[in-house]
Amino acid sequence: MKLDDLQKIAEHEVDFQRAYKHRINVCCSSGCVPFGALKVLKAFQEAVREFGVEKECKVARTGCVGTCSVGPAVIIDPGDYLYQSVTPEKVREIVRDHIVLGLPVKDMLYHGEAFFKKQRRLVLRNAGKIDPSRIEDYIAMGGYSAIGKCLATMTPQGVIYEVSRSGLRGRGGAGFPTGQKWSLVARTHTTPKYIVANLDEGDPGVFANRTLAEADPHAIIEGMLIAAYAVGAEKGYIYIRAEYPLAIQTLQKAIAQAKGMSLLGDNVLETGFKFDLELRFGAGAFVAGEETAILASVEGRRAMPRPRPPYPANSGLWGKPTLIQNVETLANIPVIIQNGGEWFSKVGTAKCSGTKCFSLTGQINNPGLIEVPMGITLREVVYDIGGGMQDNRPFKAVLVGGPSGGCLPEALLDLPIDYDSLTKVGAIMGSGGIVVIDDQSCMVDTAKFFTDFCVEESCGKCVPCRAGLVKIKETFENITQGTGKLDDIAALDKAGQYIKEASLCGLGQTAPNPVLTTLRYFRDEYVEHIVEKKCRAGKCFRNLKKEEDDAQ
Amino acid sequence: MLKDDNRKMMLDKVIKKFDYEASSLLEILHKAQEFYGYLDKNLMTYIANALRLPPSHVVGVATFYSFFKLKAPGEHVVTGCLGTACYVKAVDEIMTAIEQEFHLKRGGSTSDGKLSLFTTRCIGACAMAPNIIVDDEVIGKATKEVVLERVRLTLAGGGRRS
Ligand SMILES: Cc1cc2nc3c(=O)[nH]c(=O)nc-3n(C[C@H](O)[C@H](O)[C@H](O)COP(=O)(O)O)c2cc1C
Ligand code: SF4
Ligand code: FES
Ligand code: FES
Repeated sequence: MKLDDLQKIAEHEVDFQRAYKHRINVCCSSGCVPFGALKVLKAFQEAVREFGVEKECKVARTGCVGTCSVGPAVIIDPGDYLYQSVTPEKVREIVRDHIVLGLPVKDMLYHGEAFFKKQRRLVLRNAGKIDPSRIEDYIAMGGYSAIGKCLATMTPQGVIYEVSRSGLRGRGGAGFPTGQKWSLVARTHTTPKYIVANLDEGDPGVFANRTLAEADPHAIIEGMLIAAYAVGAEKGYIYIRAEYPLAIQTLQKAIAQAKGMSLLGDNVLETGFKFDLELRFGAGAFVAGEETAILASVEGRRAMPRPRPPYPANSGLWGKPTLIQNVETLANIPVIIQNGGEWFSKVGTAKCSGTKCFSLTGQINNPGLIEVPMGITLREVVYDIGGGMQDNRPFKAVLVGGPSGGCLPEALLDLPIDYDSLTKVGAIMGSGGIVVIDDQSCMVDTAKFFTDFCVEESCGKCVPCRAGLVKIKETFENITQGTGKLDDIAALDKAGQYIKEASLCGLGQTAPNPVLTTLRYFRDEYVEHIVEKKCRAGKCFRNLKKEEDDAQ
Repeated sequence: MLKDDNRKMMLDKVIKKFDYEASSLLEILHKAQEFYGYLDKNLMTYIANALRLPPSHVVGVATFYSFFKLKAPGEHVVTGCLGTACYVKAVDEIMTAIEQEFHLKRGGSTSDGKLSLFTTRCIGACAMAPNIIVDDEVIGKATKEVVLERVRLTLAGGGRRS
């Protein structure tokens, strides 16, 4: 297949889709499937037949719309009508009223319009709109035209220049400038070179990367193709958690389709460019997402980080230059190539261009998957997009950046979200988790929960992380069981600082963040626990209470 | 385990497909667990021999990753998500209720082998937190009552759902 053929497929597909008057998109992502999405899909297929409108109605399975907490979600186009909590029983009524009579069923529609208002969808541009199992759907949206453009009109240096100019920074957490990373790999002369797409997503409570893969797998593949062309790699791996079966299946199918159309393989779009792609499965280790650990894992070993340098850009997989990139970063690339780096650099803020996907969860009204321009404030995310606190309970804190992120108080809600301002207040962007909690949560218990997670996930290679975190854990046990001392506060702070500075990899370097931020912003709760043996949220001292009860 | 049955044949096929490459150890362990349900010592030794790796290396890798199960699970399996979103939504209380009613501990099974209780860190359906999985069914926005009832029914009905 040549570039012209791609254009023809796109035109043909657009005509094909125009032949339908309506399109019914049923979200069949893993947020909605457990709640009956597949049955809803089937019910729609039957209902359009029953009402004799199957010729004018295309029923399609799509990826996540974002409003996962009121799934299964269904969108009917034209008009972008979003139905929530659809059950098979409701489907007949929707088809009869909406499609046949032209009267959308108002009381089944989603009414949290604010959820979408402040979002900006670049990475999730096709999520919920296309059928991820059909490559033609992606091509009809302009898919693979960016790699086509690169191969036909741009040099690898030109591609890197465009990416650098976009100001894109890695979305996997650290925010390293993507263009700069690409030129490091491009500049090395050793071959072969590799690309590893990081879809480990080991942060519990985070699902943006998985959702992207389920909704728009070709965006990731196209991003990898462009990266491969730019840095001179011929082989790529997508490292994905084994816990994500639907995403795995979707990607496998997408890779097979792309190979079938010679978009992957020995002769991409008949230009002589060569790039092959395989999946590799993670197996439940948070640390495996760290860039040197992921290499060990792809090589079939334990995912233990190693000291850097050498950086993977010089010595990665099997000692060869390797580009490791988060999948959200990669999904941005086609947009940058299509619209130009300068256009992209104007989205977001001056230092952090573009958007960021967040998994928004916790005690708020509209949890789900969102994509917002960098620089939006936490308050806008919690109150405008998130719809405010559930049951109108008081806001207590927002946890940003996963288990090694920070717990931020109300006073910091007007903070703009970008790498640098989050780091300044002791949090991190991480891979994009935002958990909002109310007064039913105890901050001491929360920090303890994250510490326990990091203790479990520490690979144990270096002492500060291995032993230091255990020490912190023990101190927490004491405080939450009523045997804490006031000195513990200073001890926690010191241990946290030390672990941050002395650990070998990012896990240890960030693991104390929840401890340090809760000490900083919620110190009075620690004091209360220690001095008064009191937990405002009633989470701690359970053993104590039990002993008292038993004694009575 | 490792009788001359279909599963062994399939495993051999997978190993061959990966060209006996040590670097595909994880892929092979995944497949082995898929076929057998869990990885026991004989199975790991078998894989080690096939890939010409020391058995200790294989065991070391298998124990490093939490996805690999080293013990046979019970007839029915309840898995609680202990990820952040589920933790915030008080999944712990549901887990404790299960432990108390069915007399078992997280990571363990009932004495009659009918029920195991496992934990996982995020199944990715966080917007529906808290999530509990009973055999293959995900129960979202779970409550103690619904989950306990579901487990009781499952145990009474016998046999896996799928
Ligand atoms: C403990 C730990 C876990 C990580 N997990 C992930 C992950 O799940 N996904 C990811 O893309 N990056 C993860 N990272 C960051 C990667 O090491 C790496 O920086 C990133 O994949 C680079 O891609 P980017 O430049 O596109 O962000 C993790 C880092 C650490 C220290
Ligand atoms: S900081 Fe922790 S996870 Fe990282 S290498 Fe050291 S022990 Fe392992
Ligand atoms: S998974 Fe269906 S809307 Fe998110
Ligand atoms: S934290 Fe439980 S599903 Fe994500």
